[in-house]
Amino acid sequence: MAGAAGPGTGPGAAGGDGDDSLYPIAVLIDELRNEDVQLRLNSIKKLSTIALALGVERTRTELLPFLTDTIYDEDEVLLALAEQLGNFTGLVGGPDFAHCLLPPLESLATVEETVVRDKAVESLRQISQEHTPVALEAHFVPLVKRLASGDWFTSRTSACGLFSVCYPRASNAVKAEIRQHFRSLCSDDTPMVRRAAASKLGEFAKVLELDSVKSEIVPLFTNLASDEQDSVRLLAVEACVSIAQLLSQEDLEALVMPTLRQAAEDKSWRVRYMVADKFSELQKAVGPKITLNDLIPAFQNLLKDCEAEVRAAAAHKVKELCENLPAEGRETIIMNQILPFIKELVSDTNQHVKSALASVIMGLSTILGKENTIEHLLPLFLAQLKDECPEVRLNIISNLDCVNEVIGIRQLSQSLLPAIVELAEDAKWRVRLAIIEYMPLLAGQLGMEFFDEKLNSLCMAWLVDHVYAIREAATNNLMKLVQKFGTEWAQNTIVPKVLVMANDPNYLHRMTTLFCINVLSEACGQEITTKQMLPIVLKMAGDQVANVRFNVAKSLQKIGPILDTDALQEEVKPVLQKLGQDEDMDVKYFAQEAISVLALA
Amino acid sequence: METKLPPASTPTSPSSPGLSPVPPPDKVDGFSRRSLRRARPRRSHSSSQFRYQSNQQELTPLPLLKDVPASELHELLSRKLAQCGVMFDFLDCVADLKGKEVKRAALNELVECVGSTRGVLIEPVYPDIIRMISVNIFRTLPPSENPEFDPEEDEPNLEPSWPHLQLVYEFFLRFLESPDFQPSVAKRYVDQKFVLMLLELFDSEDPREREYLKTILHRVYGKFLGLRAYIRKQCSHIFLRFIYELEHFNGVAELLEILGSIINGFALPLKTEHKQFLVRVLIPLHSVKSLSVFHAQLAYCVVQFLEKDATLTEHVIRGLLKYWPKTCTQKEVMFLGEMEEILDVIEPSQFVKIQEPLFKQVARCVSSPHFQVAERALYFWNNEYILSLIEDNCHTVLPAVFGTLYQVSKEHWNQTIVSLIYNVLKTFMEMNGKLFDELTASYKLEKQQEQQKARERQELWQGLEELRLRRLQGTQGAKEAPLQRLTAQVATSGGQS
Repeated sequence: MAGAAGPGTGPGAAGGDGDDSLYPIAVLIDELRNEDVQLRLNSIKKLSTIALALGVERTRTELLPFLTDTIYDEDEVLLALAEQLGNFTGLVGGPDFAHCLLPPLESLATVEETVVRDKAVESLRQISQEHTPVALEAHFVPLVKRLASGDWFTSRTSACGLFSVCYPRASNAVKAEIRQHFRSLCSDDTPMVRRAAASKLGEFAKVLELDSVKSEIVPLFTNLASDEQDSVRLLAVEACVSIAQLLSQEDLEALVMPTLRQAAEDKSWRVRYMVADKFSELQKAVGPKITLNDLIPAFQNLLKDCEAEVRAAAAHKVKELCENLPAEGRETIIMNQILPFIKELVSDTNQHVKSALASVIMGLSTILGKENTIEHLLPLFLAQLKDECPEVRLNIISNLDCVNEVIGIRQLSQSLLPAIVELAEDAKWRVRLAIIEYMPLLAGQLGMEFFDEKLNSLCMAWLVDHVYAIREAATNNLMKLVQKFGTEWAQNTIVPKVLVMANDPNYLHRMTTLFCINVLSEACGQEITTKQMLPIVLKMAGDQVANVRFNVAKSLQKIGPILDTDALQEEVKPVLQKLGQDEDMDVKYFAQEAISVLALA
Repeated sequence: METKLPPASTPTSPSSPGLSPVPPPDKVDGFSRRSLRRARPRRSHSSSQFRYQSNQQELTPLPLLKDVPASELHELLSRKLAQCGVMFDFLDCVADLKGKEVKRAALNELVECVGSTRGVLIEPVYPDIIRMISVNIFRTLPPSENPEFDPEEDEPNLEPSWPHLQLVYEFFLRFLESPDFQPSVAKRYVDQKFVLMLLELFDSEDPREREYLKTILHRVYGKFLGLRAYIRKQCSHIFLRFIYELEHFNGVAELLEILGSIINGFALPLKTEHKQFLVRVLIPLHSVKSLSVFHAQLAYCVVQFLEKDATLTEHVIRGLLKYWPKTCTQKEVMFLGEMEEILDVIEPSQFVKIQEPLFKQVARCVSSPHFQVAERALYFWNNEYILSLIEDNCHTVLPAVFGTLYQVSKEHWNQTIVSLIYNVLKTFMEMNGKLFDELTASYKLEKQQEQQKARERQELWQGLEELRLRRLQGTQGAKEAPLQRLTAQVATSGGQS
């Protein structure tokens, strides 16, 4: 094996054990320096193997310095390196030596490419936990400080993510310094750094002492929330959630709410969008009292915002907002303060807004109960079921189960049917696909009788759709329906119609018969399969289109296990043997495959 | 109505080419996907601008500026400016037609007046003017109707209030260009905050608006010396955000066009700040997905830098090699084009420094299965200057590309490429027959050595992998007693091999 190390490489370090000497560092480093990027990448991904071969001592003294000094490489390689180093503590000798990993990660945390930097920060966070408190102050904190005062924005950005992991275990004097550094990053000249700081503000606040939160974090929050760039302001909204959780109601009212109120009315729609998007979190963080006084009015404004994006984001939160209101008085609040605005949104000019609302509105019925649902929500559901935009109708139909629990689906069925029929014939196949997926659910809720009368013909029509994905979904749909309504129903209503298609002039439809048999045979059981399906399949073995013939072979393989031995030996075997001699290559292949799988050879 | 602007000239050096010479981006991709996409249905949206407008007062036409005696001119001008600060809803195209017409007429008159009448721009009207402009142009741009807006494929959203907005921009421009304009007075109002908001507007989807902004920012840069460093810094912030955070900003090409002329005017020797801008901002800009939208302007900036200071060449070329596209052939062709532009101005002393990595990349491009990439790379040999550089350094360049060229000449699927490579090989033969023969002879040997190396590598890794498994079992064995015997066995067998 020594030869594998290549010519000209003698035994390595004398002190090492036998295995180490086989792999002198030079050979391994050659691999890490290979001209071919792909090979370099492969080597880096196996860095742990290399380290293992070198042993902990030489990994520390030889490999890591090499990685720190000489690696200037493709971002892809650097990313792999950053990731590897996060799990390297064991390979350098355990927590006592974890700090050896800091230098290479420090350089990686300053590179231009965001993905690499983020990964380096992630690994640094991981390693920080493995440091002892002493090592943390001796090695890790100085690194954070260096990054925080780096001259290019990349290192300062990376520093932002490291404060919260070293703060809790630092001594008081060091803590003050860490806070000082974080403060200066929050007012950095570069907006990129301010954004990074703003996005970590909440995380940092959580590890601070309450006094410091009030005296230091809150002013930072207020500043960031009124930054000249909206991209910074909107990140402050996120931080608001974390900060609010830490403060008492009084402090919250005095220190945070003025800023939050201002954010909800910011002149930039992006900030208002963020408030709408984080609404549920904000609601939980500020508690019921402030929610009633402040958030509900703000929410009303967001629901009638001039930008559709903001309205849609707010509409998405309607259900959660209502759910999270205190049970006492909830109904009154919803009826008087929320519902009037929802009614407006049902006829919004923007389809995204309507569709966002349609995806949650049904959830209100469980909160409001039967009577309110029938009186107030039902008209809205019905209006949305008739909406011109298919997505809105689809969102209503896909959430029918919520209403079913409260008032039963019958209330809706008269309006439901035209909506379903229209979606079933929508010009966009994705819409048709979506409605097919809800068929089994609808069938269960509407019952067999209603289904046979109104929907069965739709399900059969999809089998001859001109888009394959629809035919495929229709086939699977049949199987689920049989599981729901039972074999007797299948035998009377589905199977005859499927089998008739075997004589269709279009070979695609003839193949659909086979696909249906593939999924239905198991649900229908041996008797129906043998008596009704098998003869048709066998007859199709003589089809003139080769695709049909090899699908016959595939189908026989599929339904074979359901049949009894007699049928297999006397009926299936001869047909497969004949197909095994077919002139078409594929037919032969699948016939032979079926013969061997069914053990008929 | 004047819509075309006169070609802008540079503020710093009158002989430099200014804004106009930047050529339009090349269309390198012959297969437009435009026809495959269906037009998205337009949805109406409102502009954030009108949120705060309530209780609109009725506008009544004022007397014409030219009809009043000079003593009353400024008072009337002030009233007109105030009138023009009233905003209208253009999404509702029938709303308040009378008011819109009054404002339009007033704006037209202001444009006319500031452009042709001397003595109008006296100190007291500056704040009114800037206020009117600010109220009209500064607004939060509405969300894009199409979140995946592709400037090359999709129709941009046009600003609905353009009938007024255009006149305001035109007025702003004539104000800045007026012979009476005094930067020393205006700088109290055109401050850093103003410039920052102006820069944010470059994200507008409306190309007409960006065109005005470009000329205006150019004038501002020219006339307000105190704002120059700030403008450059904010531009680089916009670019960095575009590169590393958003990948979306509509006005990159326009900003680069302005920077092209700014770079042109840089004094020598270049400041560190400027060099850093090249290396840390302009070069990484090449990595952005939508490069094709602004590549021409970007390449122009880069070449401007190299013409100023040739010692930057190595940095630039190594940077481009670092960001060389791996999967996007369209971008690869653009990179090759830019590289040729750089080679056109390269000094031989600089060429020597980067020839090897550069020509290894060129060789990789020649072996690209995409024939446009291969073809573009092979065109380098049609360039007289590049050819002379290759000839002068053939002992380095030839070995760097020979193996690949030789192999591709036998394997490429496209006949045009094959014949182009034959021509290149022929040139080599004529250039240095002896070296050519040596390389041909060593080619086979190298191939064999490569295989040998690959085998050795495989063995090395296999060995390492076995060692790893043994170690792993060793540590597990230490923890779990039942495994110990097995591990011992493995260890002895490992020791024997």
